[in-house]
Amino acid sequence: MSMTATDTPRRMPARIWLALAIFAAFAALPLFALATGDPFLLLIGTRILAYAIAAMALDLILGYGAMVSFGHAAYLGFGAYAVAILNSYGVTDLVLHILVAAAVSAIFALITGAISLRTRGVYFIMITLAFGQMAYFFFVSLSAYGGDDGTPLQSRSTLFGTDALENDLVMFYVALALLVALFAVATRIVGSRFGRVLIGTRENPVRMEAIGLAPFRYQLTAFVISGCMTSVAGVMLANQAEFVSPSFMNWHRSGELIVMVVLGGVGNLTGAIGGAVVALLLEDWLAVLTQHWKLLFGVFLILMVLYSPHGITGALERLTLRLKRGRK
Amino acid sequence: MTLLSVRNLCKNYGALEVTKDVSLDVAPGELHAIIGPNGAGKTTLIGQLSGQTAPDSGSVWLEGRDITRASMAQRVHLGLARSFQITSILPRFTVLENVALAVQARSGSSFRFFAPVVGERALNDAAMDALAEAGLEERARVRASALSHGEHRRLELAIALATEPRVLLLDEPLAGTGGEEAEAFIQRLRSLKGRFATVLIEHDMEAVFALADRISVLVYGQIIASGTPDMIRNDPKVRTAYLGDEEAA
Repeated sequence: MSMTATDTPRRMPARIWLALAIFAAFAALPLFALATGDPFLLLIGTRILAYAIAAMALDLILGYGAMVSFGHAAYLGFGAYAVAILNSYGVTDLVLHILVAAAVSAIFALITGAISLRTRGVYFIMITLAFGQMAYFFFVSLSAYGGDDGTPLQSRSTLFGTDALENDLVMFYVALALLVALFAVATRIVGSRFGRVLIGTRENPVRMEAIGLAPFRYQLTAFVISGCMTSVAGVMLANQAEFVSPSFMNWHRSGELIVMVVLGGVGNLTGAIGGAVVALLLEDWLAVLTQHWKLLFGVFLILMVLYSPHGITGALERLTLRLKRGRK
Repeated sequence: MTLLSVRNLCKNYGALEVTKDVSLDVAPGELHAIIGPNGAGKTTLIGQLSGQTAPDSGSVWLEGRDITRASMAQRVHLGLARSFQITSILPRFTVLENVALAVQARSGSSFRFFAPVVGERALNDAAMDALAEAGLEERARVRASALSHGEHRRLELAIALATEPRVLLLDEPLAGTGGEEAEAFIQRLRSLKGRFATVLIEHDMEAVFALADRISVLVYGQIIASGTPDMIRNDPKVRTAYLGDEEAA
């Protein structure tokens, strides 16, 4: 009799182990930075961590709820501008920045999600893109904060009244702590009653309706949660760059988030994190090789889709299966 | 006393009248079968009863309450559940999870974000009960997509049972099964009789005449006869329109 992974609640699934391994590697990165003496490594690491948060948040709705949001960069922008705008009013606390970013994102996600969820498939993609661009142009026209050019931050967010975040190492570990915490939250959510309903709406919305669970409320709730989580990434990105601009929320950025999720493997949270890591590292390495790195990246993406349609985690899954069979 | 009551239901697709002034009543515990040739509008009728399809006119009442405008999900909470002619399940969930989700839908909030649902004994136990009634408890841990066709039909039944319906709409539960499988399924439906009212659409005449308390015959969207199995069997209109002359009584 065949058993599935969901039947073994006591044993921790492989994807959790993989995520823990990635977190451990991140935790050890400062040592590596120390050894190589590369001061930018921590900044690059923080940027990757922020995108990992965003990609994981997107996977929560894309992978588990079949909602392909093409406007998720808007929430990066809300997070980033929450830092810039609150800072300019002298409100510098990181926790407050995150709370305000999440609150604004929740309202935006609630309104745009409620409208977007009236549609399906390609139409959902297009309408979320449209809302994302609306948010983008709102900040482009915000001349008090540099409009199109953006604005530098006076200082990074403060951490419990201290300027500890000015230290790149502290900022890096704060970003890592946020990723780990949000990963834990997301993992609990997908394994909860709510998560089961969400996955059910992905599998068969009509069946969900027929057992008395109208998908809309659950999909919208997930959409809001995902938006809030993504804004946390925006807060960290602004602090990492010490600069915010509408380019944070450009539709390219939304596309990159989708690429990270698909590249890593859809619908298991860990894949999105891995996808963010691989995509951003590749971007950095290929950019060193040639200014036409996007071309190389495109080739890589096509190869991935051709040979491993389920992304990095899908490839790893097949590999471990083959190894297990080989041992027997 | 009637539990489910349908009044003057009409539905057109363009010029095609798929439901033509249909009225019927279902008493508590009664099994009311609807038969008719292909294209008679049986599935469309079930769609309108379950809330999947909106009628053009007419009304549907459950326990004296007008539910014509209620959504499918709302009707389930009022006690009106359905199964699908074409198996409609969550293929990547296990059999148990498919049914446990139906239990969850009627027991407590689904807005619980942190407690792991796999470990909820109450859900799993109720789901196992429903699976046992559908004869599928041994396959509980299997992924639903791995089931055979006959097992899929039983899973459809188990999911519907798990919603604890007062009226169950069964859309061709035997579709695609035959022989022993069908025989066992009929036995199962017989043992469930009386616990809730059932509206059964079925092509298998053996099943219909073995199970039904009342039968309505639907031809071109219209009910041409309604009565006990004996009355229907001997109705000359039905015999010519539907059963055919050589059908053994």
